[in-house]
Amino acid sequence: MSLKSLDPRITREELPEEPDSSPVENIHHWVTYEVFHQTKKGDRHIHVGSVHAPNHEMAYILAKEQFARRADCVSIWIVKTTDVYQTNYRDEDIYANNQEKMYREAGGYKVMERINKYKKEHQKK
Amino acid sequence: MTDDKKFAIQDLIFRIADDQLIIGHRNSEWTGLGPILEEDIAFSSMAQDKLGHALALYTLLNETGEKDPDTLAFTREENEYKCCHLVEYPIGEYDFSLMRHFLFDSSEALRFGMLSGSSFEPLAKIARKFRGELRYHTMHADTWIKQLGSANEESRERMQSSLDKCFPLALGIFEPSDYEEILNADGIFPGEKYLQDAWLDHIDQLLRASGFSMPDPNNVTPSYGGRKGQHTEYLKPLLEEMSEVYKIDPEAEW
Repeated sequence: MSLKSLDPRITREELPEEPDSSPVENIHHWVTYEVFHQTKKGDRHIHVGSVHAPNHEMAYILAKEQFARRADCVSIWIVKTTDVYQTNYRDEDIYANNQEKMYREAGGYKVMERINKYKKEHQKK
Repeated sequence: MTDDKKFAIQDLIFRIADDQLIIGHRNSEWTGLGPILEEDIAFSSMAQDKLGHALALYTLLNETGEKDPDTLAFTREENEYKCCHLVEYPIGEYDFSLMRHFLFDSSEALRFGMLSGSSFEPLAKIARKFRGELRYHTMHADTWIKQLGSANEESRERMQSSLDKCFPLALGIFEPSDYEEILNADGIFPGEKYLQDAWLDHIDQLLRASGFSMPDPNNVTPSYGGRKGQHTEYLKPLLEEMSEVYKIDPEAEW
C-alpha cells in the first residue's frame, strides 16, 4: 500500500505509508550564509536572516527570493556564517554598565527638554 | 489591422501565454515538496511569476477580442491549447524540472528580449515589463546548471541525462508557425528559426562551460505538434486538475 493523500501530488508519488526514518547524512547538508539587504541606496545593509547553500553564488540566488521578493531592495550582501566573528552570551557581563556615570550617557543632557519645548511652542502656530 | 495580421498576433500570443500557464502550473507542483526550503520558496515564487505573465498575455488577448483571461485559461478544450510539449511533461525528479527550467527560461528570455522591440506595441510593453523577473529566472537556472555540472559525478550524470531527455522536447518550443512571414515582415517577431539559432548559441556556451555535452540538434527529431493543438498524454490530466475548482462554479466571484 502506498500513501494516500488529499493532495493528488502526494498520492501520485506512490510513497510508502511509513516514512523513511534513516538519518540524513552529513554530506547532504549545506552550510549557512548570512544575508543583509539594503532597501535604499545609501542606507545601511541590515541583517535579514540566513540561507543554506554550497557557495556564495547559490546563496545569492536563494537569498534574493527569500528576502527581496516582496520588500524593497536595491542590494544584497552575503557573508558565510563562519566568517562572522561573534561573541558568546557567556560573556554577556562584558556589556554591563553598572557604574555611576550618568555624565557619559546622552540621557544626562538637558538639551532634549529644550528641543521638546521648542517643538511644542512652534507646533501651536 | 487586417484579419491576417490579427490572427498572426493572436496565434503568437496564445503560444507564449499557454507555455507560461502550463509551466507555471507544473512548477507550482513542487511547492512544499522542493529539495530544500529555500529552493522550494524560490521555485514556487518563479512559478507564480509565470502565472502572472500568463495573465498579462491573456488580458492582452482579451483586448484583441478574445474571451476573458479565466475563460481562456480554464475552459478551452485540450486541442485549443498551443503550448509546446516540453512544458506538459510531469515534474519528474528535480534534475528534470531544473533542466527544463533552464532550457525553457533561456528561450523565453531571448524571446521576450526580441519582443521588447516588436512593432506591436502592447506586446513590446509587456515584454519590457517582464525583463527584471526573467533576469532572475535565468540567473537562478544558470547558477544551478553550473553548480550541478561541477558538484559531483552523480549530479553531472543526472543533469546530462535530463538534458538528453529534454532536448528534443525543447526544440519543440520553436515549432514553425503558419504566420512566420506576416510576423517577420511587419516587424512583430523575427521568427521561431531565428530564435532557435540564438537559443542554441546561448545554451551551447553555458552547457559546455558547465561540463555538459551538448546534443547535436541535427541528430534529434524535435517534438512538434503542441503549437497545432496536438499534445502529449500529460496535458489532459493537468488541465483537469488545474480547472477542477474553477469548474465547480465558473460564475463564482473570487
